[in-house]
Amino acid sequence: MTLLPLQLRDVVFAAGDRRIIDGVSLTLDAETRTVIVGPNGAGKSVLLRLCHGLLQPSAGMIRWNAPELPGAPRRQAMVFQRPVLLRRSALANVVHALRIAGAPWRQREDRAREALRSVGLTALAGRPARVLSGGEQQRLALARVWALRPEVLFLDEPTASLDPGATQEIERVIAALHAAGTKIVMVTHNLGQARRLGDEILFLHQGRVVERAPADRFFLRPASREAAQFLEGQLPW
Amino acid sequence: MSTLSEAATQTLGLLADADPRLVGIVLLSLRVSLAAVAIAACIGFPLGATIAVSRFPGRHTLVVVLNASMGLPPVIVGLLVYLLLSRAGPLGAFGLLFTPAAMIIAQAILITPIIAALSRQVVEDAWLEYREQLRSLGETRLGAAVTLLWDLRFSLVTIVLAGFGRAAGEVGAVIIVGGNIDGVTRVMTTAIALETSKGDLPLALGLGGILLAIVLALNAAAFVVREMAQRRYG
Repeated sequence: MTLLPLQLRDVVFAAGDRRIIDGVSLTLDAETRTVIVGPNGAGKSVLLRLCHGLLQPSAGMIRWNAPELPGAPRRQAMVFQRPVLLRRSALANVVHALRIAGAPWRQREDRAREALRSVGLTALAGRPARVLSGGEQQRLALARVWALRPEVLFLDEPTASLDPGATQEIERVIAALHAAGTKIVMVTHNLGQARRLGDEILFLHQGRVVERAPADRFFLRPASREAAQFLEGQLPW
Repeated sequence: MSTLSEAATQTLGLLADADPRLVGIVLLSLRVSLAAVAIAACIGFPLGATIAVSRFPGRHTLVVVLNASMGLPPVIVGLLVYLLLSRAGPLGAFGLLFTPAAMIIAQAILITPIIAALSRQVVEDAWLEYREQLRSLGETRLGAAVTLLWDLRFSLVTIVLAGFGRAAGEVGAVIIVGGNIDGVTRVMTTAIALETSKGDLPLALGLGGILLAIVLALNAAAFVVREMAQRRYG
């Protein structure tokens, strides 16, 4: 059974008396690449963490088609804005993730090397992960994901602190992961990136899903006033 | 002033002669304190890391007690271990009182809380940074404790040094359970205490100088290792 679709019903996440996520209901299906956009404080990152299970909703329901069993290897993964890498080599970081995922130890190194190759880090396999450049670190985080072959990948502004060259490289890897069958759910502030990578756009505003539309339509003719204002404010032309 | 210069001369003299009795005292000191640190690290690191990544009722109380027990008075620890190991005590049958083993036990009890409390703090700070990533990968809490300990290995060196410094420098516990028996349980600190009370201040100071030099050398070595490692691994 596949993990997807993922269903959220009336999900609320409150911190104190502030509702960061305020009644979100939606279904995420396989295959499409979903990009979540919205102004700062709209609750994009929180929504991602709720879906991924890093946060528990204050109210409402989050249900996978076939939930992961506690203790079993995870079938979903997440890439953070700032990757947390361990003080060991790039290769060892990927091997570590494979160990947690329960990969047989004989296969770990081969699979890790293959993952590093797919993100173009073969030459840096032996380099300590923490001394890699920002772009290389994020590629390593993606290699770690690649090795795990998750069904769903959540990305929280993965290129927010990277230069255009590194961003392009990351986008290439994300596209390749998707082509290999991984569902992509990404938060980004970069609308160009949302266009390039998104099949559908989820527009979040003050903790609510205000609009959900195919990417081309969203950018051409946003249906909601909030989305129109957001796009006007964001686009420099 | 003359006492100090005499002490310096005496230290150099002792070192130059490599007086076998002095060497014995220094080696026993190192043996006892290093063994105590090793035992304390084996208990303290897992304990501290587990507390750092766990959430359970009474955790805050435990952390406060753990932190407070860093200040355990050595004489009290010595007294308790004495009672445990004395002929009439529950562990008296082992006949450990007034042996180096008893000194190692006492010092291990003294510094385990130091290592546990400091590593709890260090691991917990890192846990805040690593938590989401490790949970995202599916790491269990115990797995996270191990991963964090290994990732923080260079910081842990400093914690070990703090424990060693405490062990090598304390006199209260080892003198009670060891008895300062010449050639058997006499270590640097107890020898210093004895020489001072006998009025042989230069010898006491000389021994003190050696003790300081050993602690300093160990710390310098650890510092260099740590710096090199940190530069390499970031």
